[in-house]
Amino acid sequence: MKAFLILEDGTVFEGTHIGAVREVISEIVFNTSMAGYLEVLTDPSYAGQAVCMTYPLIGNYGVCLEDMESVQAWPDGFIVRELSRIPSNFRKDITIQEFLEQQNIPGIAGIDTRALTKILREKGTMNGMITTDEAYDLNTVLPKLKEYTTGKVVEKVTCKEKYVIKGSRDLAENGAISGSARFDKEAYESGKREMRPSIVKELNGIGRKVALLDLGAKKNIAHSLAQRGCDVTVYPALTSAEEILNDHPDGIMLSNGPGDPKECTSIIKEIRKLYDSDVPIFAICLGHQLMALATGADTFKMKYGHRGGNHPVKDLETGRVYISSQNHGYVVDMDKLDPAVAVPAFINVNDGTNEGLKYTGKNIFTVQYHPEACPGPQDSGYLFDRFIKMMEVNKDA
Amino acid sequence: MPKNPNVKRVMVIGSGPIVIGQAAEFDYAGTQACRSLKEEGVEVILVNSNPATIMTDKDIADKVYIEPLTARVLEQIIEKEKPDSILPTLGGQAGLNLGMELAESGFLASHGVKLLGTTAATIKKAEDRQEFKDTMEKIGEPCAASKVVESVEDGVAFTKTIGYPVVLRPAYTLGGSGGGIAHNQAELETILENGLRLSRVGQVLVERCIAGWKEIEYEVMRDSAGNCITVCNMENIDPVGVHTGDSIVVAPSQTLSDKEYQMLRTAALNIIDELQITGGCNVQFALHPTSFEYCVIEVNPRVSRSSALASKATGYPIAKVAAKIALGYTLDEIKNAITGKTYASFEPTLDYCVVKLPRLPFDKFITAKRTLTTQMKATGEVMSICHNFEGALMKAIRSLEQHVDCLLSYDFSALNREELLERMKIVDDQRIYVIAEALRKGIDYDTIHEITMIDEWFIDKLAILVEMENALKEGPLTVELLKEAKRLEFPDNVISRLTGKPEEEIKKLRYDNGIVAVYKMVDTCAAEFEASTPYYYSVYGGENEAVETKPKKKVLVLGSGPIRIGQGIEFDYCSVHATWAFAKAGYETVIINNNPETVSTDFDIADKLYFEPLTPEDVESIVNLEKPDGAVVQFGGQTAIKLTESLMKMGVPILGTRAEDVDAAEDRELFDKILEQTGIPRAAGGTVYTAEEAKAVANRLGYPVLVRPSYVLGGQGMQIAISDEEIEEFMNIINRIAQDHPILVDKYLQGKEIEVDAVCDGEDILIPGIMEHIERTGVHSGDSISVYPAPTITTTVKEKIAEYTRRLAKALHVKGLINIQFIAIGEDVYVIEVNPRSSRTVPYISKVTGIPIVDLATEVIIGKTIRELGYEPGLQPEADYFAIKMPVFSFEKIRGAEISLGPEMKSTGECLGIAKTFNEALYKAFLGAGVDLPKYKQMIITVKDADNGEAIEIGQRFEKLGYTIYATRSTCNALKEAGVHARQVNKISQESPTVMDLILGHKIDLVIDTPTQGRDKTRDGFLIRRTAIETGVNCITAMDTARALVTSMEHKMDQFTLIDVASIKSRGLKE
Repeated sequence: MKAFLILEDGTVFEGTHIGAVREVISEIVFNTSMAGYLEVLTDPSYAGQAVCMTYPLIGNYGVCLEDMESVQAWPDGFIVRELSRIPSNFRKDITIQEFLEQQNIPGIAGIDTRALTKILREKGTMNGMITTDEAYDLNTVLPKLKEYTTGKVVEKVTCKEKYVIKGSRDLAENGAISGSARFDKEAYESGKREMRPSIVKELNGIGRKVALLDLGAKKNIAHSLAQRGCDVTVYPALTSAEEILNDHPDGIMLSNGPGDPKECTSIIKEIRKLYDSDVPIFAICLGHQLMALATGADTFKMKYGHRGGNHPVKDLETGRVYISSQNHGYVVDMDKLDPAVAVPAFINVNDGTNEGLKYTGKNIFTVQYHPEACPGPQDSGYLFDRFIKMMEVNKDA
Repeated sequence: MPKNPNVKRVMVIGSGPIVIGQAAEFDYAGTQACRSLKEEGVEVILVNSNPATIMTDKDIADKVYIEPLTARVLEQIIEKEKPDSILPTLGGQAGLNLGMELAESGFLASHGVKLLGTTAATIKKAEDRQEFKDTMEKIGEPCAASKVVESVEDGVAFTKTIGYPVVLRPAYTLGGSGGGIAHNQAELETILENGLRLSRVGQVLVERCIAGWKEIEYEVMRDSAGNCITVCNMENIDPVGVHTGDSIVVAPSQTLSDKEYQMLRTAALNIIDELQITGGCNVQFALHPTSFEYCVIEVNPRVSRSSALASKATGYPIAKVAAKIALGYTLDEIKNAITGKTYASFEPTLDYCVVKLPRLPFDKFITAKRTLTTQMKATGEVMSICHNFEGALMKAIRSLEQHVDCLLSYDFSALNREELLERMKIVDDQRIYVIAEALRKGIDYDTIHEITMIDEWFIDKLAILVEMENALKEGPLTVELLKEAKRLEFPDNVISRLTGKPEEEIKKLRYDNGIVAVYKMVDTCAAEFEASTPYYYSVYGGENEAVETKPKKKVLVLGSGPIRIGQGIEFDYCSVHATWAFAKAGYETVIINNNPETVSTDFDIADKLYFEPLTPEDVESIVNLEKPDGAVVQFGGQTAIKLTESLMKMGVPILGTRAEDVDAAEDRELFDKILEQTGIPRAAGGTVYTAEEAKAVANRLGYPVLVRPSYVLGGQGMQIAISDEEIEEFMNIINRIAQDHPILVDKYLQGKEIEVDAVCDGEDILIPGIMEHIERTGVHSGDSISVYPAPTITTTVKEKIAEYTRRLAKALHVKGLINIQFIAIGEDVYVIEVNPRSSRTVPYISKVTGIPIVDLATEVIIGKTIRELGYEPGLQPEADYFAIKMPVFSFEKIRGAEISLGPEMKSTGECLGIAKTFNEALYKAFLGAGVDLPKYKQMIITVKDADNGEAIEIGQRFEKLGYTIYATRSTCNALKEAGVHARQVNKISQESPTVMDLILGHKIDLVIDTPTQGRDKTRDGFLIRRTAIETGVNCITAMDTARALVTSMEHKMDQFTLIDVASIKSRGLKE
């Protein structure tokens, strides 16, 4: 079946329909990761957006359901050059085609994704429609596209009730599994341990209680902490600061999430209260932006954002550059920072934009990018260790 | 960290002659690095024995020493030039080994020279098998169960504990020489014994066989501050067991999920960090196909063939960045040259798929085993880029120039199901064609996967291509089907064959429906950032990105495709220099090439680079878009010449010598007419198509005769025949591939072979110098030792040669370069062949005379005359030094290849000896080629009866040098009669000890074996020669070469005169 991608500027791409058959209007963004399409599809930060993968061959290894970063897929649409006819991987559960249908996600394949990317790069992120209606009328479609906003999406993606993930003792019992020679098939099959290798080498978080505010969290945030031994309590986005603080966490994590941070007015108020507490805080992506907004800084929408697994981030404390996983369309305005409140701790080497803040006189640091990876480089996993260290020092003090 | 201010004078070590496993990629890396160093104001002293390289140009380095790459020579250059540092990580394994040797001996420290880039300790950690294993164990990165052994007994004992099969890898060798997989004790003993000897340190790693696992590579960069990035990863379609250099490789990996991708990426970063590498590094992994288990196979702490491939696949200039890192810069301080906006501290992301295919030399060595193992055999490679895998594979196949253009090109249709299943077990260069046939016969993916262990994703892609073949065969050819076929990169001629419609009709149908190639940019960032780098590849479907350019005159330079025996790096040298010369003259330059190892495919050589196959259709698509004012074909070897006719049909003017004149030189009848007009003699001969005709001509001329196809390079298929039987045999071989042109049969004349390269402006000629071959006619010029200035011919002969060259160039209306080979017999001069184009000797003669003949030829093509360029026409004054070009072979890498020299070229590379005296130059040339004798002072002489006389003289001279000479019966008798104390040894068929036992005893320096005629593989001579080569014994098959060797040994020396080639003034240029 034919499908069309119609952009706000009137550009129309003709391709083949994939996934669910339904018409959708959304904000069109592109992601430059070469692998990890499932992680992209299940990242709640994509709620309210349709994602175009710049890598042309998608679906090669099918869908391994255990790699999902949340309970469902979130993007409104999926745009690819080509979907693989067969999936090939020893863990594959279903094909990407089946997954898109199951998750009711419409999409388009067979278009010049590079040409689309160039349009978004040059004109900035814009809205678009994916439709199978060959009789579309631009005069009626375009005004509808202009109207679309992602709106308050955090509420849609956050968990409904709080829940607890117990810290793993896997490492203590089985040793690190980063080295594959120690991969224990039997233990995996008996459910005793994970299939996937991890980069965690030390159980430094045992006994630490972390409160994770789920603004649309990727699974691997809680997982990264739990793998290090932390017990993680996950709270819905609209939980009050009081409720969280009453549980006496050793540290608080603010997760990633979708949409314009300025839409999250009530959450920002609660985060301000968390800031005022003495509990160490580590925030990622949307959480980082909300903390900035809660403390008087500003955010703005980038022309086309950072979405991919190859962005260099400089840790200003050490001078080291790390390759990071990124997914954000908004960024903290560094010009409007009050150094008495927060100073830049990380910057993007490519465009010099802010990638993280350190809060003056506080046990708080936040990053714009994704130390939990999935998809993308695992180089910044050390930040979880930094957070655990921060909790330790705070407790000792 | 900014640049280290103490680094001002850097010595860069090149990789030496091109051999299998160490090819043009190091010229590319070295050239890029030297330019990068010079950009930083650093003085570069370059040492490389290979004169065919671009890196040894005076434009690339400040001081250039084309000297043998031995520690002793390097020490002398260091003493003379006093560099403050040396950079050994750009010259491949050869350069790295030398750097290590100088560091370990303490020479560097005592002369205050720093090792730049990676330290000696790091190199040792990565290269020494045991240290590497210990290091990996320490950081928890798994290696396959293995043990370093120093004796066969240890190897056998260890294997008993881990079980067969085992893989054997000798330490410190190139391209895995001497390695292999042993399935039983007998195999283990054979391979191990050999590997122990070839290893520089007498060590071989015996390891658990992980054959069949996925082979995945990561190219990693690290700076001195510890910042690490991966440039890209690559997946070998052929699982572990085939050397990555011989594998079909795809970038990025296709069948890894993010979990596997990141697991291995993190492991690669852990490894490079632990090894403290500063610069580029290649990490190879084996990944279990059905679990997360993986092993580190090896780490190359330097730029490599894979890093050249990764550079071209991503646009990330690894060598350039590695050089900057060596100077002290960190990745976030180095600009990304492609975008000009971002920095080197990022990871390229691809929005296309890259396929690399090896160029294997089995068309040259028809007796050789085609199987692929852990020992690399490819002489070169091609790369292609497309937005789908199928298209990239199809483009790569037709880039090979091996008479293949689709998966039907090797015909296995005669095999039935069972035979196919058997055939599929053979791992060779034809395996994908066998798989395609299996798919045609309906064999399922699982079965194919179980036998080949190739991932089903790739098998499915082959199936998609097979389905398209069928769809085209069945028809009807709708516009939709044609569109899809072109998306999969089926060339028009294949579509024509499958549909039975003429190619012109296919093309018209395409054009009528707007099905044309569009060009996309390689920009390192998947279009995320704007890039201005004009590096393009074609796809069908989508928007064209290749931009209209300035209204300058535009010239198309056709590259020379993959490196193969007979068409090597020399032609890349010519293409690059021509491009630069055109640019200097104000032209806009466009290069088309498909070889990822070369300088010409670097994105900043021409104004535009099209990384595309060099077939008429692919070139036409580019011509339609670029509309060049002209094309030059005379610099790109036979690859470019072959495109002449097509270019003319497209209406592209051929710049320089006209196509008709190129034809006249190749066409027997036309050429005979020209010789008659100009009064130049040649050997009598005739043109034939069939064996019958050939025998008739041969009998008319009288044997021996020379048989060869026309329009080939490197004497491919050329043979000396002495009988009707041999004519039959050779004609059969030649006619295995349909010949578009007749076959030539000439009377074989024996004499001195002379070669000249000249520039002609249509009126006058310029001959930089005359080269004389040490070997008599009959040995291909590319395999002969070549001496400039010609040492033994008279002035009369020289004058005749100059005059004949002038006449021929004029008669052929040559504008640009011409190469002519002559035979001198006494004072008589005959012409052998004329090539109105650049040749293999162009870089060599340019460098040793200081006359930049490619630049001059380009100027002449544009319209200048030789006089206007400042030269007096004719033969230029001779040098007061000697420069000797020595061929270098890679026979040990190709099992079963006949090594004896003849009219068909077999060498893969060359090195130079340059010195004040002939003898020193000769000694250096042999030394540069790796012949460093004496060792044990024992040798074997076994020559055909006709050579006995010469063997006596050579035997006497070796005896004087203290050699014990062993000889087979007839040679021995002849030697003894002449008073040489030879010891007789038995032939192989006789009782032990035979000549084979002697060779296998490993105390022999040299075998001189001149072959009797014929190509019978079972003959004693063949076995002797193969055994010698495979056990690392020098083997000489021509008496002239033997005489040259003994001469050089009589003048063995330790202190050399060093000549800075960059300081050689252009001979003959008027001040």
